[in-house]
Amino acid sequence: MSDILVSEQSASGPGGSGRPSGRLLEVDDLRVEFRTRDGVAKVINGVTYHVDAGETLAVLGESGSGKSVTAQTIMGILDTPPGFVTGGQVRFHGKDMLRMSDEERRRIRGEGIAMIFQDALSALNPVFTVGFQIAEQFRVRRGMGRAEAKKRAIDMLDQVKIPNAKGRFNNYPHQFSGGMRQRAMIAMSLALDPEVLIADEPTTALDVTVQAQIMDLLAELQRERQMGMILITHDLGVVADVADRIAVMYAGRIVEEADVYDLYAKPAHPYTMGLIESIPRLDEKGQQLRTIKGLPPNLMNIPPGCPFNPRCPMAQPVCRETIPPLLQVGNARASACHFAEELVNRV
Amino acid sequence: MSDPSTASIVSTPGAHPTDSAAPATAGQPQSNEKPRGLLADAWRDLRRKPLFWISATLIVLFLLMAAFPALFAPGGDPETGALSRSLNKPSAEGWFGYDVQGRDVYARVIYGARASIQVAVLSVLGTLLIGGTMGIISGYRGGWVDALLSRIADVFFGLPFVLGAIVILTTFNGSGSGNSKNKIMGLVTASLIVLSWPVVMRLMRSSVLSTKEADYIVAARALGAGTGRIILKHLLPNCLAPLLVYGTIMVGSFIGAEATLSFLGVGLKSPVVSWGIMISDGQQFVRVAPGLVFFPAAFLVTAVLSFVMLGEAVREALDPKLR
Repeated sequence: MSDILVSEQSASGPGGSGRPSGRLLEVDDLRVEFRTRDGVAKVINGVTYHVDAGETLAVLGESGSGKSVTAQTIMGILDTPPGFVTGGQVRFHGKDMLRMSDEERRRIRGEGIAMIFQDALSALNPVFTVGFQIAEQFRVRRGMGRAEAKKRAIDMLDQVKIPNAKGRFNNYPHQFSGGMRQRAMIAMSLALDPEVLIADEPTTALDVTVQAQIMDLLAELQRERQMGMILITHDLGVVADVADRIAVMYAGRIVEEADVYDLYAKPAHPYTMGLIESIPRLDEKGQQLRTIKGLPPNLMNIPPGCPFNPRCPMAQPVCRETIPPLLQVGNARASACHFAEELVNRV
Repeated sequence: MSDPSTASIVSTPGAHPTDSAAPATAGQPQSNEKPRGLLADAWRDLRRKPLFWISATLIVLFLLMAAFPALFAPGGDPETGALSRSLNKPSAEGWFGYDVQGRDVYARVIYGARASIQVAVLSVLGTLLIGGTMGIISGYRGGWVDALLSRIADVFFGLPFVLGAIVILTTFNGSGSGNSKNKIMGLVTASLIVLSWPVVMRLMRSSVLSTKEADYIVAARALGAGTGRIILKHLLPNCLAPLLVYGTIMVGSFIGAEATLSFLGVGLKSPVVSWGIMISDGQQFVRVAPGLVFFPAAFLVTAVLSFVMLGEAVREALDPKLR
């Protein structure tokens, strides 16, 4: 797989990326807008992040911050129309996927990059057995026979710790519990041994105890296979144990990117700070929950300057005029705030 | 005949438990719940319905009649008769009596099943195939393809059925044309298909529109399935249920439509034997020999009714809300 891609890359010429950086998957200044009847919504406004093999990047943000749309653009499952990519690159092994032919992209899906969906029940086809749907990939993409594909599918179900995998092979999705369905979904995504796994809020539809199990499973599989993983979530609690780095998104931009420990210890953006403060804490029982005041901006009409300025407790006149770029602050972290240095250096 | 062939596309989940039942039961002693899918559920539901068994039995009977008429009317001759027996009353040798040409009405009714059912089933298959394909294309592609196909469908939809069929059939099947059996039947089938596919297309289109947004279609795409595989393997089986139901009901109404056209003199013609022709021929003698109209009409009504009832039973079984 990688040999092919390297040769493709060298042959890509001016159409390709130009600068192979050795990164596994890079999103570079991606811009996406939704053209609707009511106007143009700028959903993603220059998102840049990357993930390497064996690394977990958590993408954090509220609903509508553009984290899922970024993932959909990477996978090439963005609905066009209304969604249009208006700029930027998505490089896989240094090659821009947005300029590949449909056939080339299709081959990367599943084998290069795979995705786990939020609601596993609706992401599994109701008329086929779970086993059949996993085995289908081995049959179609690996050319295996029925019996061998079945064996491999049972093996996959075993790997995601579904008890009695052999007996469960012939079950339909509606006969699985929520957690089991998500496990089956994971088995399906990992069947072709992808190099990057995108997990789009994999635990949102599950109850808390099952959430932890699924996250542990994902972390374990990611370590074993040395995959790059992009974990999309709005749950800070989920992120802490699993992620290596965190990218916080707001209004279609990355506002902060940092190592997990740095981010929790000293957020370098007022928005991140607000997010961390709004986690309910056991030792503050009886007090009112803290929230970030106001609502995320209307993406059809993003305020000038920093998109967070109307809700920001530290907003200054400069924030209403210029958009702060995502700049390096200190060691291996970046923030898009005019006052990032002050935030990091505060005692 | 229409449902087994269409069902074969969709019946994969239903077929699965049977071919893997042995290893499944051997390998899972603790889980006694048998795997079931949409169709398996529907089948379980159907088995308990007397309506289903009555209509299914009648349909099997009619299909046998169409396939092996000699079995039901041994020695009967539907086409030639002795004028000496013209308009004879029902008797031991001619159970339903004889028509004006002295032909055995019982034999004709039995042999008439073939033409009526053949035309109806072929028209339904053609309608499902053309309407279904157009519906999938316009639903899945959307955009201008959808707009174009939908407008074409609207044009055909706007043609009144009987008027349209009369125009088509008198143009291609006028008095001057030959009397080849296959040609006439082909023409009637074609005109039924041409005038009915838009309904199926709309049905399929709306079904595809609601299904294609489903997460499992997106997931299939995200895992690298090609367009053909997505449509045939993932979209089609989930869109087929309404078509299955409509197809079954359509067989009944097409038998009636064929009879209508034959009665009007633009459909099947002698020497083809069909219920519609018999009713048309018999109506002139309805006072002298009411049996000439009554017997083919009774068969016609029973056949239409049983297909419609089957369709109704299948619809109820496939609709989880009615369970």
